[in-house]
Amino acid sequence: MPVIGTEIDREALTLTVTAEFVATPERVWQLWADPRQLERWWGPPGWPASFPRYEFEPGGEARYAMTGPEGESSAAWFRFTAIDEPRRIELVDGFSGDDGEPTDAMPSMRMVVEIEPSGGSDGAVTVMSIRTVFDSLEDLEQITSMGMVEGMTAAMNQIDALLA
Amino acid sequence: MVVDMLSPDEVDRLFRALADATRRDILTHALTGEHSVTALASRYEMSFAAVQKHVAVLERASLVVKTRRGREQLVTADPDALATARRLLEQYEALWRHRVAAIDALLAED
Repeated sequence: MPVIGTEIDREALTLTVTAEFVATPERVWQLWADPRQLERWWGPPGWPASFPRYEFEPGGEARYAMTGPEGESSAAWFRFTAIDEPRRIELVDGFSGDDGEPTDAMPSMRMVVEIEPSGGSDGAVTVMSIRTVFDSLEDLEQITSMGMVEGMTAAMNQIDALLA
Repeated sequence: MVVDMLSPDEVDRLFRALADATRRDILTHALTGEHSVTALASRYEMSFAAVQKHVAVLERASLVVKTRRGREQLVTADPDALATARRLLEQYEALWRHRVAAIDALLAED
């Protein structure tokens, strides 16, 4: 498994996931810089994401939608607060209102992505860590109740299938 | 800093418990406060015994706790808010595990 560590800080409502990939930092950076690549891994299982708007620059905004198995759609957004190629990305990820635009009525979370070379004989091993900070327990509850749990279940089934 | 990891068995119980729409619905209600099994059962077109079984699966996955008050069995999500946070963060962690696996597959195409 490429996930090499996870850390949950219940008090700070923070989750840090660290993963290692056989690829250069520049290649891993493209997973975020290119919305067509991001679309291939962002959505929970059964909820593919599409990003019609994607301004990958400090202060830039993105809009995306995840479409569920019953055709239901969940609209969301990014706001990039810092971009330091190819090492660090800071963004806010939130859910949109019915009009597809950000709203204070919906929860959001802050994310910090760090990409570091980690050696390997050919220098092509990269570690990516993603720290997600939730502002409140209410936000966290609301986010995890929005279709993600179904996605988790499907993910578990996929992992089971892989290990079978 | 509190560091937690679930054992594979615990993860398995958690996801199997969440794999059913009725159980997810029961859990959503339990997160808002105490509900009697009778009150929960009235929400679904199934027998009291069937709802009780669903509650038992959630209980084994440590998602809810059941307490007895008089003749009523009350179901609630773990009252400890930190435990709730941990559970929710673990669900979010599972999403990231999925994303990392998808990235790995994408990179393997290069």
